[in-house]
Amino acid sequence: MSQNADKVIDHEMLFREPEYVEMFDNKKKNFEFAFPLEKMEEIREWTKTREYQDLNFAREGLTVNPAKACQPLGAVFAAVGFAKTLPFVHGSQGCVAYYRSHFSRHFKEPTSCVSSSMTEDAAVFGGLNNMVDGLANAVNLYKPDMIAVSTTCMAEVIGDDLGAFIRTSKQKGSVAEDYDVPFAHTPAFVGSHITGYDNALKGVLTHFWEGRERTPNESINFIGGFDGNVVGNMPEIRRILSLFGAEYTVVCDPSEVWNTPTDGEFRMYDGGTTKDEVKQALNAKATLSFQAFSTEKTTKYIATTGQEVVALHHPMGVAGTDKLLMEISRLTGKPIPAALEKERGRLMDAIADSSSHIHGKKFALYGDPDLMLGLTAFLLELGAEPVHVLSTNGGEDWAAQVQALFDASPFGAGCHVYAKKDLWHMRSLLFTEPVDLLIGNTYGKYLERDCGVPLIRMGFPIFDRHHHHRFPIWGYEGSLRVLVAILDEIFEALDANTIDTATTDYSYDIIR
Amino acid sequence: MSLTVEETKVRNKELIDEVLKAYPEKSAKRRAKHLNVHEEGKSDCDVKSNIKSLPGVMTIRGCAYAGSKGVVWGPIKDMIHISHGPVGCGQYSWASRRNYYIGTTGIDTFGTMQFTSDFQEKDIVFGGDKKLEKIMDEIQILFPLNKGITVQSECPIGLIGDDIEAVSKKKSKEYGGKTIVPVRCEGFRGVSQSLGHHIANDAIRDWVFEKTDPDKNKFEATPYDVAIIGDYNIGGDAWSSRILLEEMGLRVIAQWSGDGTIAELENTPKAKLNVLHCYRSMNYISRYMEEKYGIPWVEYNFFGPSKIEASLREIASHFDDRIKEGAERVIAKYKALTDAVVAKYRPRLEGKTVMLFVGGLRPRHVIGAYEDLGMNVVGTGYEFGHNDDYQRTTHYVKDGTLIYDDVTGHEFEKFVEKIQPDLVGSGIKEKYVFQKMGVPFRQMHSWDYSGPYHGYDGFAIFARDMDMAINSPVWALTKAPWKK
Ligand code: SF4
Ligand code: SF4
Repeated sequence: MSQNADKVIDHEMLFREPEYVEMFDNKKKNFEFAFPLEKMEEIREWTKTREYQDLNFAREGLTVNPAKACQPLGAVFAAVGFAKTLPFVHGSQGCVAYYRSHFSRHFKEPTSCVSSSMTEDAAVFGGLNNMVDGLANAVNLYKPDMIAVSTTCMAEVIGDDLGAFIRTSKQKGSVAEDYDVPFAHTPAFVGSHITGYDNALKGVLTHFWEGRERTPNESINFIGGFDGNVVGNMPEIRRILSLFGAEYTVVCDPSEVWNTPTDGEFRMYDGGTTKDEVKQALNAKATLSFQAFSTEKTTKYIATTGQEVVALHHPMGVAGTDKLLMEISRLTGKPIPAALEKERGRLMDAIADSSSHIHGKKFALYGDPDLMLGLTAFLLELGAEPVHVLSTNGGEDWAAQVQALFDASPFGAGCHVYAKKDLWHMRSLLFTEPVDLLIGNTYGKYLERDCGVPLIRMGFPIFDRHHHHRFPIWGYEGSLRVLVAILDEIFEALDANTIDTATTDYSYDIIR
Repeated sequence: MSLTVEETKVRNKELIDEVLKAYPEKSAKRRAKHLNVHEEGKSDCDVKSNIKSLPGVMTIRGCAYAGSKGVVWGPIKDMIHISHGPVGCGQYSWASRRNYYIGTTGIDTFGTMQFTSDFQEKDIVFGGDKKLEKIMDEIQILFPLNKGITVQSECPIGLIGDDIEAVSKKKSKEYGGKTIVPVRCEGFRGVSQSLGHHIANDAIRDWVFEKTDPDKNKFEATPYDVAIIGDYNIGGDAWSSRILLEEMGLRVIAQWSGDGTIAELENTPKAKLNVLHCYRSMNYISRYMEEKYGIPWVEYNFFGPSKIEASLREIASHFDDRIKEGAERVIAKYKALTDAVVAKYRPRLEGKTVMLFVGGLRPRHVIGAYEDLGMNVVGTGYEFGHNDDYQRTTHYVKDGTLIYDDVTGHEFEKFVEKIQPDLVGSGIKEKYVFQKMGVPFRQMHSWDYSGPYHGYDGFAIFARDMDMAINSPVWALTKAPWKK
């Protein structure tokens, strides 16, 4: 017996004890009827080959370990970005349990969201009654100022009409006639979570803007897009805009509700864009979207109101942030603040200090399309080679933009972009064309294990490291943080590779 | 603070009345049936259960797909489980349940992978059967050591009229009788995960038992062969259970389904006794095996030394003296450990109160473990329990315990706020709500990334974790000193 009250051991060490190891061996030998070890090894080696890669890339139906989620997840993200707003997802309730868990595992925060809990009878007769009762219950229990409705794939397949259902609910007195219930259809079988973000956001804007007269003013709107670092990024962009002295509105800001204190009170709602701000946002002279692919329909809609729209691709690093600031400056007519210029200089300073460690290093990265564009550009400017850039929810148009970045840099020469591919594709690539570092979300840890490539966690979701989402990766300051994360991993890898006493530790340098 | 039983009952009844006030009348009436104060001597908890959740109330429940893919089938490690439909469900349930297994993932085991048919609009419009066929072919090429395939239906499948049964049969034949199991666990079926368990159980009956070649994977039977049913090996629970059964002289021939394999499922009808941990999720198949193969089954509880001891004896009572002596030997062997654990932790936890809200088993099953540490469970409820669970609960709870079935966010928050327990045990969606309120919390589905909690080895971890939650210095600091 290995367990001990003085020093309790859990799953990490307990199962390495001999009695357990023996038990595992016996279970396998006597009852699992597994393939022999040699067979397993043979197949494992085969999966590392070019031949396997070709078969793997020939897949037409199967998706394995994708780097994307479904639309309503993004819709919930968008909804919680508005003040005192309760997301309401029309359809099966299980989906909502999943969205709430998913966000809570990433942000380590509660995520409030309700479902209309449709079941088999609703599948036959439609979910109108679920909407009618659901809105009434939600409004009475959780007292939101607004309920933002989206749909699961069930409601979409049976063709429930949200607009009509909400109108009927109001007629039946579920919520007051003038109660705000913006909505968006968010079919899970179209696009991904970023599409859902886009649709839901557009739903809120059309709800408040449609039929209103626009009287342009000097203010600008900022839209961030679906973003795992939103908690850190939003305060950073506000700081930047404030340094400009710009008049601005952040449209959709969940950074406070996903960053509430532990002080004895549970805040179901906190922060977020208010209804007045949304209404006012119509009058802005321009809207700046940080992530174009995450806001395609929203920005298109905004442009129809007469506003100028600037949609960027998650600009980061030096040139990316330069571009961001120059756009803000142009749109607001205000000069770039000296304080930010100094931050730029400091980022340059850090890059100059460390670039020799990054120069020529090969990277593989995957994630949402805008983040990939921003990160690729940043890596290229560091002299790194983003050899494999992959996105499950990025299409051919996205790939062409990544290719353009490669083409514009000598470091992009041997680099490839992969649209609509998944992490099992990436696994093949990492074997046939190995890299030094991998950048992606938590699921990349399986690639780290299989392919031995160190993972730098960035994107969404990140479940197995805490609190990084609290810090920005935007602006010069945020880019500095990304730089440090990359450097840390490089140094860790270098140390790990030189740590063996009397064999490699001559290189285990005290100064790097 | 310390109320008499009668005072507690009055307080709890008032609390129920209070939480119901916030609902519209119709909903208040329906929710009232799910909330109660336990009266000693009653045969159940007198609450309605396993009925539809109200829309818009923030139920904690999941869906049938979660019950099938997430609970029953997902842990079978050497099969590939296709999340069939759009990308979401499979993505959110990917590797999140901590059902541990041993194997080379991606080669001969596939537990922590997400296989999805990633439905697009055209699959909805034209049907997904062709795509499913192609997917199975691709699985055969790319994952040649898979021992079988299951199709875990997501919401759209049942709505667009796909015939996944026909596809499965056809492909099984094509691959020489390979096990391919279509599961109709669409999320809109039933009212919670629970129907998903049932559907998944039935799928094992129809597509595994019915089709197994009895000469495949043979082994020499012994009179001491048992199967562990309804243990999902969260953080290694089934392992710290199995070791005790083996130490008492039994031979565990199958694990359902944590760290399980298709061969183990197939061979289970050879067991002399099925030992059932999670009654809720696997009573169906246990009953079936009893009817069909005459295998008796016995429920057991491996949380905390009191229940473990009773369970070991109960299991042993189905065997001869050799096993009965074995049970006593195991109990004696671990006595020093449990005494030391209790001696260390009980003084730190004595008298602390707990409120639970978990799935279909733990709302009752863990109560004994808390009591072994001197703690009291003052409120409990099931996400997806049925009336037979509430009947079983009466053997565990004390007079006056607050019972809440399918609790809503609103109710749970208010209950905890008023009762102010020393610990809440529930899921990830609830965790941060209560921690913000300054109440210590442990996740009781995933063991909060710890575990195992089953067995004697697990009890030590359980005790350590409850102590570290409750006696963490952080809870004394949540209020700023100038605000006190
Ligand atoms: S894919 Fe459909 S059923 Fe699954 S979580 Fe998304 S909306 Fe729900
Ligand atoms: S223990 Fe609870 S969560 Fe786990 S399978 Fe049983 S009912 Fe479900």
